[in-house]
Amino acid sequence: MMMEMDTMETQEYQETPEQTAPARTEPEAGYNFAYLDEQTKRMIRRAILKAVAIPGYQVPFGGREMPLPYGWGTGGIQVTAAIIGQDDVLKVIDQGSDDTTNAVNIRRFFRRTTGVATTEKTTAATVIQTRHRIPEIPLTEGQIMVYQVPIPEPLRWLEPSETETRKYHAMADYGLMSVKLYEDIARLGKIETAYDYPVIVNERYLMRPSPIPKFDNPKMDKNPALQLFGAGREKRIYAVPPYTPVKSLDFEDYPFEIEHWDHRCAMCDANDSFLDEVIVDDQGSRMFVCSDTDYCRTRREEQA
Amino acid sequence: MYVAVKGGEKAIAQSYEALAKMRRGDTAVPELSIAQIREQMSLAVARVMGEASLYDKDLAALAIKQASGDLIEAIFLLRAYRTTLPRLMATVPVDTANMLIQRRISATFKDVPGGQVLGATYDYTQRLLDFSLAAEAMSVGESEPVAQENITTEACPRVLDFLNAEGLIEPELIPEGDPEPFDLTREPLQFPASRALRLQSLARGDEGFLLALAYSTQRGYARNHPFAGEIRYGKVSVQVVPEELGFAIDIGEIDITECQMVNQFVGSQIEAPKFTRGYGLGFGHCERKAMAMGVVDRALRASELKEEITAPAQMEEFVLYHADNVEASGFLQHLKLPHYVDFQAELSLLRGIRASLDAKTAEAGKLEAADEQAAEKSGKKAA
Repeated sequence: MMMEMDTMETQEYQETPEQTAPARTEPEAGYNFAYLDEQTKRMIRRAILKAVAIPGYQVPFGGREMPLPYGWGTGGIQVTAAIIGQDDVLKVIDQGSDDTTNAVNIRRFFRRTTGVATTEKTTAATVIQTRHRIPEIPLTEGQIMVYQVPIPEPLRWLEPSETETRKYHAMADYGLMSVKLYEDIARLGKIETAYDYPVIVNERYLMRPSPIPKFDNPKMDKNPALQLFGAGREKRIYAVPPYTPVKSLDFEDYPFEIEHWDHRCAMCDANDSFLDEVIVDDQGSRMFVCSDTDYCRTRREEQA
Repeated sequence: MYVAVKGGEKAIAQSYEALAKMRRGDTAVPELSIAQIREQMSLAVARVMGEASLYDKDLAALAIKQASGDLIEAIFLLRAYRTTLPRLMATVPVDTANMLIQRRISATFKDVPGGQVLGATYDYTQRLLDFSLAAEAMSVGESEPVAQENITTEACPRVLDFLNAEGLIEPELIPEGDPEPFDLTREPLQFPASRALRLQSLARGDEGFLLALAYSTQRGYARNHPFAGEIRYGKVSVQVVPEELGFAIDIGEIDITECQMVNQFVGSQIEAPKFTRGYGLGFGHCERKAMAMGVVDRALRASELKEEITAPAQMEEFVLYHADNVEASGFLQHLKLPHYVDFQAELSLLRGIRASLDAKTAEAGKLEAADEQAAEKSGKKAA
């Protein structure tokens, strides 16, 4: 029985090599569409609606135990499962790439449980589940970004108690965070936060953008796509509706700024994308390549 | 030349095969059956059922086999399966006074009605490796039946109820209307948590974590000496009241371990001193877990009993947020996932800070050199 299942999964994998053209398949029998039962999906959609109505506010929801580990995207997976429909085209990225093992695993989970078409092209996707990046190609109206969130509470490192941080949000009391940023500048001359850089959403709620590099923060501001955030272990959902202002915290004399590289992508020559640094030999030589693999490939195809 | 990382799918498929091989081990050794695990590793099965919140010995045994004996992985497997099950109804509260006792001890009274029943326990085994067990296919116990006469079949009153009759211990009453319990697997944990919710969370909490917390209270972090008022293990029947019938029917029996801890309470100006309770309950035979749970339950009642909160075991958020081993294990191990992007962002930041520091140092160096030169010149002049 066990062996049979293993072989079955292997075959299932072999039938679906890397695909770029969206194609729907039949979901595996034995599970409801997108794994979760309809009641659960409805509960999650209600939480999402509340989150959209109060941009940046963390809505507690009855997160379920998923067949993937906590911390590996269970929040994002539940949000995607609750919103995905048969005609959707799903893209899953981790670190900007479609082919890292975790992205592959989550994409495969949805292919098995929904049969929806999957894609690696940002422009072809209707739902993009992501961990740690926002694609370089601007999103458009009608697209939904689903972020996987490890720790949803922006004040958590400053105040470990949830009871306390909920009070701070209720009173919009974010002085702790301002002091933290100020102390960074006093000590180091700049703000010592490189990713998961705190933002204020719709001029009200302090929000963690999930651990994207601050390079991606400006993309959240007034984005035409709907941005949903799911934290499975912490059982919170929050949202940034389309065209909502998202401001990265800063000071008048120390304005927010993003990373710049002295390099270009070694593969597509881009100078405007987030670059991954790769060590290529024993002497520690480096090269830099786009972290967004779809962006990089699209540029190379255009150049060819 | 660097080639963009590809082939994640192939790698995953191959890892499945490698895992199946690892799980099976040497094929010259017979494969374990689910029944063998269920019957011969009953304490592992109990732990998996308890921390997965699903009473099914066969499925727990299957999970243990599938997880190569990694109990936290087995708990995870069983929980993921549990999520897909419908929740049909809540049972009538189980009455442990009607338990068919297989083991029952009290550390507070020498003898109690129903007696002390030692039953099966490792407590008084001298921990010497029993090499006779290494000889396979032994037929131990086949000829001589287990001393069944020790096991009571009469209902056995709970020890703490005797203290209750005297008013020396706080009463524990079924709340008005007997509300349906909160379901931690369907609703998010929020604070302050009720005691019922705390107990639910502790019951599925990690045994090792609760053990360490309970131990910390014994060593002085919120010390409040507990007495093991009673520990009992046995079978209880589970009943439901189907709507169409309107009366309770038995739907089966489960094995449970219950622990009632008795702690002192100094009393206050308005209340006489009395004993307070800590409660532990788990599926199967799980004494260590039930006792740790009882001690931690009592510690968590600090704010209700107006005790000063000074130690981790008393801190509700600390205990409940960190007791779940499936959550903890997943989050710890997610560090294995790629973090290239965040790390790159940190690298870039660190290089930026170092560069500006270097620039400052260089600047300061130049100034110093200039100062020295100036000083030398003026020194020469003076000379």
